[in-house]
Amino acid sequence: MSTDVSRRELLACVVGGCVAASTTGCTDFLHTEFGRKNFRDMTKEEIAEVVKDLEKDLSAKYGKPVTVGAEEPIPGVDFGYALDISRCIGCRRCVYACVKENNQSRDPQLHWIRVLEMDKERGIDFDDANPYYDAETVPRPGHFYLPVACQQCRDAPCVKTCPTGATWQEKDGIVLIDQDWCIGCRCCMAACPYGARHFNWTEPTIPAEEMNPKTHVLGNRPRPRGVVEKCTFCVQRVRNGRYPACVEICPVGARKFGDMRDPKSEIRYILENKRVFVLKSELNTRPRFYYFYGL
Amino acid sequence: MGLRVVVRGAAGRVGSATEERPLSTTRLVLLGGLALGAFGLAGCGQSPPREALQGAVPTTEPAWPEDDKSAFPVPPPPFSSPDIFPCSGCHDKTLPPDPKRRVLTMAHDDIVLKHDERHRWCLDCHDTQNRDMLHLASGELVDFKESYRLCGQCHGDKYRDWRAGVHGRRTGMWNGEKQYLLCVNCHYSHDPHFKPLKPLPPPTAPRSGS
Repeated sequence: MSTDVSRRELLACVVGGCVAASTTGCTDFLHTEFGRKNFRDMTKEEIAEVVKDLEKDLSAKYGKPVTVGAEEPIPGVDFGYALDISRCIGCRRCVYACVKENNQSRDPQLHWIRVLEMDKERGIDFDDANPYYDAETVPRPGHFYLPVACQQCRDAPCVKTCPTGATWQEKDGIVLIDQDWCIGCRCCMAACPYGARHFNWTEPTIPAEEMNPKTHVLGNRPRPRGVVEKCTFCVQRVRNGRYPACVEICPVGARKFGDMRDPKSEIRYILENKRVFVLKSELNTRPRFYYFYGL
Repeated sequence: MGLRVVVRGAAGRVGSATEERPLSTTRLVLLGGLALGAFGLAGCGQSPPREALQGAVPTTEPAWPEDDKSAFPVPPPPFSSPDIFPCSGCHDKTLPPDPKRRVLTMAHDDIVLKHDERHRWCLDCHDTQNRDMLHLASGELVDFKESYRLCGQCHGDKYRDWRAGVHGRRTGMWNGEKQYLLCVNCHYSHDPHFKPLKPLPPPTAPRSGS
C-alpha cells in the first residue's frame, strides 16, 4: 500500500496546489476528505487528526458538539446477530430506530433495514416479498416478516469487488466502509446478494436537531453524496459494549446480539439451542447474521 | 361496601364455567402430593389451605443458581394505576376473602380473563391469605416483582429462554449489565396474547423510470 499512499499524497499535493491557489496549501489539503489516506493505512496519530478535523467540521455543520469515535475491535470478540422470525411482527420500529441512530438521510429517504412481508403459505420467497406493506395493525393474518440488513458476511462479495479497498471486514466481523475512499462505483451494491448496501444519489439531509452527535469515523457519521453506506451493527455502540439500536427498540425482543466466542452469550444460546438458518446459504457468503425460530 | 377499584381497560367476567368440576378440596389436596395438583385446584374455585399444600410438597426450592434474583434486574410491575397496590389497601380485614369461584361484580369487573379461563381464576395466582402476594403451585408466596417465577411454572420453555435473555427484549450492554422486562411488561397477565401494533410507515418506493 505504501506506493499507493505516496501516489495519493502526491496527487493530493498537485491537485491541492492547482485548485486551491487561494489560501489552501498542501498540508491543508491533506486535512480534507479528498486528501485523506485509506483508513487502514493511517497511523494512530493520523486517525486522531482526522477525528479532530471531522469533529470540528461536523460540529460546525450541525451547530452542536459532535463526537467522532474511532474505537477499534475489542480483541477476541466475534460478533453475531440472530433474528427470531417467529416473533417479528413487522412493526418497522427497528427501521426508524436505525435511521435515527445512524444518521441516515431523511430526504431522500434511505433505510438500512428493509422489512419484507412474506406469505406463510409460500415460505421464504424473495420474489414474492413485499417491503411496502401497510396496515392498521401488524402482523397481518397469513403473513410473516423478514427484516433484512447487512448480513456481515465472513466471505463478503462486496469486499471482494470493491476496486479501491474502501470496504473491508474488521477483526470483530463487522464489514465497514471508509466513506472517504468510496468512489461511488456501486460494484458492491451489485455484488451484495441481500440488497443491503445503499447509495446516496443526492446530498443526504438530516435535520440538525435529529442528528445523532455520537458517531464513529467508520460508522454513523453523516455521509456525503456519492458514497455507499450500510448497516455496521451500530459500530459506535457495540464497540462500547452496548446493544445495537435495533435490538433495543424491538418491542417483541426478536433481535439478539452478542459475542459468539462467549459461551454464556445470548447469541451462543441461540446457535446451540434453536433452529437457525442464514439467508441464501447456497451462495456461501457465510453471514454472521442468523435467523431462527424461537417458538 | 363502596369498593371501587379499577384495574384495566377491558371489562371482565371471571369464571363463568365455575361449577363444572365439583371436586372436593380434600380430594385435591390428596392429588396435591404432586405439584401439578395445584393446577387441578384451579377448576374447583377454591383456594387450598396453604398449610395443607406445604405439608404435601417440599417448601424449599431446588437449587437453581440462575434464579438469583439480582440476576434479573426488572422494572417495577406495571400496575394499572399507582394506587391499586398494595391490594391490602382494600382487601383488609373488613373484606374477608371469598374463595368461591364466581363472576366478580363488586370490583375488578373490568378484567376479562383470557388466559386458560376455563381452568383458572383469580386465586390460582393471587394469594388468598396475603393479598399483596402471588403464589406458586407449591403455595410458596411470590412477590409481584418476581412474577416471572409464577409464569414459568406453566411456560417453562419460555422461562428458560427468558433467563438466557433470548425470549423478550433486553437492553443495556451485550458484555455487561442488562435490563430485563417482566413477562407482564409485554403480556398483560389476564390476557397475555401480544397485542398487534400499528406499523411505522412503509419506505417510499423508487420513482418510476419515465
